[in-house]
Amino acid sequence: MSTPSQPATSNVRPRLAVFKFASCDGCQLSLLDCEDELLDIAGAVDIAFFLEATSRIEPGPYDVALVEGSITTPHDVERIQEARRQSKYLITIGACATAGGVQSLKNWADHEEFLRCVYARPEFISTLATSTPIADHVPVDFELRGCPINRHQLIEVIGALVHGHQPRTPRHSVCLDCKRLATVCVEVAQGIPCLGPVTHAGCGAICPTYDRGCYGCFGPSAQPNCDSLANHYVATGCPQELLVPLLRNFNAAAPEFQAASNRLASAVDTEDQP
Amino acid sequence: MSGPRTVKIEALTRVEGEGGLYVQLDGNHVEDVKLSIYEPPRVFEAFLRGRPLEDVPDITARICGICPIAYQMSCVHALEAALGVTMSPEIRLLRRLLYCGEWIESHALHMHLLHAPDFFGVDSGIELADQFPDEVTRGLRLKKHGNELLEVLGGRAIHPINVAVGGFYKAPEKDDLLRLLPDFDWGLEAAIATTRWVATFDFPDFTRDYDTVALQHPDEYAMNEGRVASTRGAVVAVEDYEQHYEEFHVEHSTALHSRRTPDHASYHVGPLARLNLNREQLAPAARRLADEVDIDWPCRNPFQSIIARGLELVHAYEEAISIIRQYKPLSPSRTPYDARTSSGCAATEAPRGLLYHRYQIDDAGKITFAKIAPPTSQNQQQIEADLHAWLPSILNGDDDHTAMQCERLVRCYDPCISCATHFLKLTVDRGESA
Repeated sequence: MSTPSQPATSNVRPRLAVFKFASCDGCQLSLLDCEDELLDIAGAVDIAFFLEATSRIEPGPYDVALVEGSITTPHDVERIQEARRQSKYLITIGACATAGGVQSLKNWADHEEFLRCVYARPEFISTLATSTPIADHVPVDFELRGCPINRHQLIEVIGALVHGHQPRTPRHSVCLDCKRLATVCVEVAQGIPCLGPVTHAGCGAICPTYDRGCYGCFGPSAQPNCDSLANHYVATGCPQELLVPLLRNFNAAAPEFQAASNRLASAVDTEDQP
Repeated sequence: MSGPRTVKIEALTRVEGEGGLYVQLDGNHVEDVKLSIYEPPRVFEAFLRGRPLEDVPDITARICGICPIAYQMSCVHALEAALGVTMSPEIRLLRRLLYCGEWIESHALHMHLLHAPDFFGVDSGIELADQFPDEVTRGLRLKKHGNELLEVLGGRAIHPINVAVGGFYKAPEKDDLLRLLPDFDWGLEAAIATTRWVATFDFPDFTRDYDTVALQHPDEYAMNEGRVASTRGAVVAVEDYEQHYEEFHVEHSTALHSRRTPDHASYHVGPLARLNLNREQLAPAARRLADEVDIDWPCRNPFQSIIARGLELVHAYEEAISIIRQYKPLSPSRTPYDARTSSGCAATEAPRGLLYHRYQIDDAGKITFAKIAPPTSQNQQQIEADLHAWLPSILNGDDDHTAMQCERLVRCYDPCISCATHFLKLTVDRGESA
């Protein structure tokens, strides 16, 4: 990311905006979930636009924009352009903004059929056939992973911007975190398919700690070998029809997960490609 | 003021999700009120089809970051009904404990950061902290307790990972729960003090003749199971919910609302509904407090919902403490099941009100049909009816004043537009709403 070359604050507090697109609100809630730090954060930055938290609505430009959610409507295609124009540093928060979110599952489907399934009058619905990440539409300065994001990483990023240094968010895999926590490997010990070896760290490796496989909610780690992992699971008896949904959930449209799930699915159904 | 005019709120604030409000007036006559939803739809019911049933708790949690447990609870109970799984008493209790965590987190959030600012003319909970530092800090600490309970039981506070069809992936250690007790003992007293504080607020004189609807259970303050009770109608089994409450399409707002059948009346779900119906089953301290606060039950003033949330906050602390004290580690943590072609439904009490799910599954354990009716969708028609009734008394100022007062009333419902919009219609006329 292009970090501020000098601290974003000298005497003036950086102006923060929080924008929401298609999402569940959980990532912006993470800011309000910083119960111990919230009032200090509000002292260090000027919360100028954050609809969920305050009725005070200040116009741009903003120093920092946190963007939650994916782009799924023609209106939002325009709105993200305006958010980008108004914002010096634009940070996506969470899997929807960074990879298209769980709603990107519609990218594999017949969009019109999906609308007919849910809506009595689909002709009233103005949405796009796809759910796409923010970076497909505007330049993004930094991406914070997770479904939901880790609030400690959010504080790290806000702190880094206030103090003008590069945010430190590790890019290793969940697998390494299990080793550090001395969590017994659920794949090795119980044969549970686990995406830990290819998933970006940040959650604290909670799923294996709770006796279940990682389902990839922080998206692909740096240079993941998804195909090799999938081959391993297929070779050890895990049915492909279980591996495809495992890769296609909250980061289904992340390129590495998407390629791996398409390759697996093509063995079952050659037409099942977005 | 005379002649036609329009009052618009482009973006509702201090609510979850994004929506607006549109009011059409002719002089002091209210022509039209609509809660416009421009939150993009995410078609959950469509993409759940074909998924393994084990994925449903993780996926439906993502409908709402504020109340993921509600979605997880309604879906696991609906799927277990389909599969014929009988919950052990221990799993039942642990799920109730988990729900207490979400009620504490969600109610403390709404009371302190979203709702209380309205009573003091400030824009946010952060600004409220300038006037009431101790009260807001106390509220944040309560909210944190809810999240800590969710972290122990669920693995994390937002989109917890430990809820499984049949039970839990892993039962918590007794010591991890016991460690919460000193904070929760403090929190119970703090929640009582918070409720007494909000009960002193200056409430607008506005009462409505609500039909309140909530789950009711013979043995407890209903959370995860019960029958669907109404202050006006019959008490019906959850399996019959869709015969008594239907969704319908309103042409002008292009939104699905819910209404009672056959009289098409609106109804009110949420903390006020629960207290009006089930107040006698509150835990002792909450029950005493319900008598102490200055409310003639049943309460019909939506602005006093903040007191109702306070009473439920106290109740959730009392329940949580009691369950933690009696907890014995589960073994096994999950009841096994075999997939079969079947269907099942369930309703639970989300912080914002009754949340109904129905699923069909095939013999391979895949979802073939999903229907989800969130509380905010059910309250939508009631919110608009309330605004119709409230508007004539708030037209004495300029349009900004009217808009602000309308927004205040909407906020009483703690609406969750992200939840509602997994199926609500987008507003067609964007020129008016967005």
